[in-house]
Amino acid sequence: MSSPRPGFRHPDLPKNDLGYTRRDYEGAASTLCAGCGHDSISNAIINACYELSLEPSGIAKMSGIGCSSKTPAYFLGKSHGFNSVHGRMPSIATGANMANRDLTYIGVSGDGDTASIGMGQFVHIVRRNLNMVYIVMNNGCYGLTKGQDSATADRGSAGKKGRPNPFESIDLCELAIALGAGFVARGFSGDKEQLVPLLKAAIGHRGFALVDVISPCVTFNNTAASTKSYQWVRDHMEATSFFDFIPPRKEITTQYGKGTTQSVTLHDGGVIHLHKCDESIDVTRRRCAIDALEQHLEKGRLLTGILHINESLNDTHDILETTETRLNTLTEKDLCPGNQVLQDMMENYR
Amino acid sequence: MKLQGVNDFVIRFANVNGSGSASANALFAKSVFRLGVPVSPKNIFPSNIQGLPTWYEVRINEKGNLGRRGGYDVVVAMNGQTLKKDYEGLAPGGYFMYDSARQLPADFARDDITLIDIPLTQICNREFEDPKLSQLLKNIVYVGALTHLFDMEFSVLTDSILSQYKKKPKLGEPNIKALELGFEYAATHFQDTCKLKVKRSNQLTRHILMDGNTATALGAVYGGATVAGWYPITPSTSVIEAFDRFTGQYRRDESGKKRVAILQAEDELTALGIALGASWNGARGFTATSGPGISLMNEFLGLAYFAEIPVVLIDVQRTGPSTGMPTRTQQSDILLCAYASHGDTKHVLLFPCDPRECFEMTADAFDLAERLQTPVIIMSDLDLGMNDHICLPLEWDDTRTYDRGKVLDGNQLESLTEKWGRYLDKDGDGICYRTIPGTHPRLGSYFTRGSSHDEYAAYTEDNDTYQRIMLRLDKKWQTAKSLVPKPDIQVSDTGTGYGAVFFGTSAQASHEALETLESKGIMINTMRLRGFPFQDEVREFIDRHKTLFVIEQNRDGQMRTLLINECRIRPDKLVSITHFDGLPITAGHISDSIQQILNAQTQQGGAQ
Repeated sequence: MSSPRPGFRHPDLPKNDLGYTRRDYEGAASTLCAGCGHDSISNAIINACYELSLEPSGIAKMSGIGCSSKTPAYFLGKSHGFNSVHGRMPSIATGANMANRDLTYIGVSGDGDTASIGMGQFVHIVRRNLNMVYIVMNNGCYGLTKGQDSATADRGSAGKKGRPNPFESIDLCELAIALGAGFVARGFSGDKEQLVPLLKAAIGHRGFALVDVISPCVTFNNTAASTKSYQWVRDHMEATSFFDFIPPRKEITTQYGKGTTQSVTLHDGGVIHLHKCDESIDVTRRRCAIDALEQHLEKGRLLTGILHINESLNDTHDILETTETRLNTLTEKDLCPGNQVLQDMMENYR
Repeated sequence: MKLQGVNDFVIRFANVNGSGSASANALFAKSVFRLGVPVSPKNIFPSNIQGLPTWYEVRINEKGNLGRRGGYDVVVAMNGQTLKKDYEGLAPGGYFMYDSARQLPADFARDDITLIDIPLTQICNREFEDPKLSQLLKNIVYVGALTHLFDMEFSVLTDSILSQYKKKPKLGEPNIKALELGFEYAATHFQDTCKLKVKRSNQLTRHILMDGNTATALGAVYGGATVAGWYPITPSTSVIEAFDRFTGQYRRDESGKKRVAILQAEDELTALGIALGASWNGARGFTATSGPGISLMNEFLGLAYFAEIPVVLIDVQRTGPSTGMPTRTQQSDILLCAYASHGDTKHVLLFPCDPRECFEMTADAFDLAERLQTPVIIMSDLDLGMNDHICLPLEWDDTRTYDRGKVLDGNQLESLTEKWGRYLDKDGDGICYRTIPGTHPRLGSYFTRGSSHDEYAAYTEDNDTYQRIMLRLDKKWQTAKSLVPKPDIQVSDTGTGYGAVFFGTSAQASHEALETLESKGIMINTMRLRGFPFQDEVREFIDRHKTLFVIEQNRDGQMRTLLINECRIRPDKLVSITHFDGLPITAGHISDSIQQILNAQTQQGGAQ
């Protein structure tokens, strides 16, 4: 059961550029386990949208099935949401985006929803480069069915049941980069200092933006032998870079030194300044990004931050050459060629 | 005795797939059509690109009986693999045309048929230098010969070629030459040989010759579809190909960009998901598929039913089960579509019987889906979709507007005095008011889900609420009865105890069969079903008759089952007449089957 949060609002709550408070971006109270990483991600989404001053009604929340896919009920209560079926969110998001190219699409999925049952749809939405933010709340296990390993569980990692996972894991970030995604990032639900800017940058990116967020399952997979536990991730994460995300229309006031800082201008005019932690990683180059992921894997480290970014790609609408006008606003006048055209056409069939 | 007559025979072209015969055979059929003579060509083709046998059967019938007749009176035997079979299947008194480059084997010894041997290979090799062209034009040469044999107006054929190659007249020239060569050879060697003729008629004045998939695609264009998700599958592929072609021509904005998004998906699950996402978001989304695709789409059909999302599906049925015979026809997805998906689900079905209805019903389906906020499935089939059919021209009423159903806009949301609920039945018809994302800055947002929800779209596991919502969906289903097209009922004899029920492509053969029976004094009233759910009229028609023949193209009598179940009919009242070998049903099969059943009934009655 979902229940609304209390309606009381303090008159002095800070407001964003649209005059909304953070409360305007909240949803119903969460029904997930206390301490679930997913709730932290929901909060990060709320913060990112509030801080970017996005109009809540201009956002559509999409999800599949699973613990992760329930979360759209817990953020952005003034936005339309669509909790579809298991592993099929990408297709629903594709159709929705085709109908209205002007909304911001935030998809939420899990590791089961994406890397197993929804793998087919996931790889193809990457190929199509649909303009959306695709967040994977990645805990390496199936929570709602009580803790089975998922396809992102690392080999040898063990959850509450104690049996080490014998299968190779799927790295969704590496896969997405290989498939040509233009924005791939990895965050950690326990690090909102990194996660909120990652989400903002993902929203600013035009095209498919994957944000894989390691999000420990406190009930089934937060064990000492798990590589998706709070402790393990804190101990092993390394970032490609720290970065500042400057939204569009904000004045850039800080000057950065050359060499270690790389700037990427997003489609919406926002700018990302990457301050590299490791000078050898150039996240704008696909091969380099994959190498970096593999090298960290070999060292037993978890690479986080913006893993790859490429702002020069065409999104689905560009590829299909669809009109700039939202398809869902077109009327008979735009869509129906009329009887005269039909009668002329009939001559071809006589 | 040679078969003879004017405008009443069946000709079968036996070819090798991929040999370029299709366009030559179509040229023949189109020419008959242009002479104003009712004609129905049927392409009987393999699931293969090159090398396997393919047949093109053309029925010519002055009276306008255009279902498949069965049997053939003339065969153009161009395929060595099937030569024997084509020879043996020819009706007594028939005409057997073949390429005399190869001598007929000794066991081809029928004395009840007329052989027409034409040195097609020799003529083409002599007249055309390009070996590839020479091969292709063999097909045109035999069409030229037929033109003479059937005494057809030669200019109709040459005009057809000229219009076909209007933009490339250079390519037209060798075709005309090939036609003339065939004509001249037949004129020299087979003067007065053939007693079957095709004479200009005035049966067809306004009519068109079009395949159902083209008409369906036009229905989607005129019906305002803007998003298509699809996955290639025979026999539905040409729906989307035609939709792509027509929208490419008629759906461009000022800058040349498209007012449509057509996405070839990775599978049928995604295809329907794309259509659903678009419809949820206020566009008109659809997909076209066949039985195997519907099987995969079951999951999303349940979501669309329960979350109440409009969407249009085109099911061009083919021969199942499983992969079955992908290039042969059947009406065997009736139950699959009517009750697709787990849990209690029912879906609106429409049954077009010709291209004109494909057009009208597809356009209507978008209105119906949005009015009812549920999937609507057009039940076409391979015979209807991929073969050319004669029908009245498609027409569009320019004053018509799209019925977008109960969608609240921003002003309506603001003027509401009570709390809005996505699944609140305000009008008592089971249909609730929906909103499109982005409609209003503060009002009208809700959470769409396939899990149990209350009237305000909130998740619930409350048993009473769940049950209330399910009952309200059933109320909506009752409302649907008043919106789907009514059956086409023809009562010729109010005293008769017999009725026939049929739908879709079984209609033409059924009408012809019943005419045959009528000429023997057996009167049978007819009901052509056009939509599901069934209205009271369907039940009343069945109630009025003692025995009803349910004619359909599947093994198990699926429509009969649906009628028994939905109209609560005593099963022994409905007698199945089925045809399911993958070829279109024939009038002869129907009339013979009914006759046999009636004879058996008479004998039983006499024994009592």
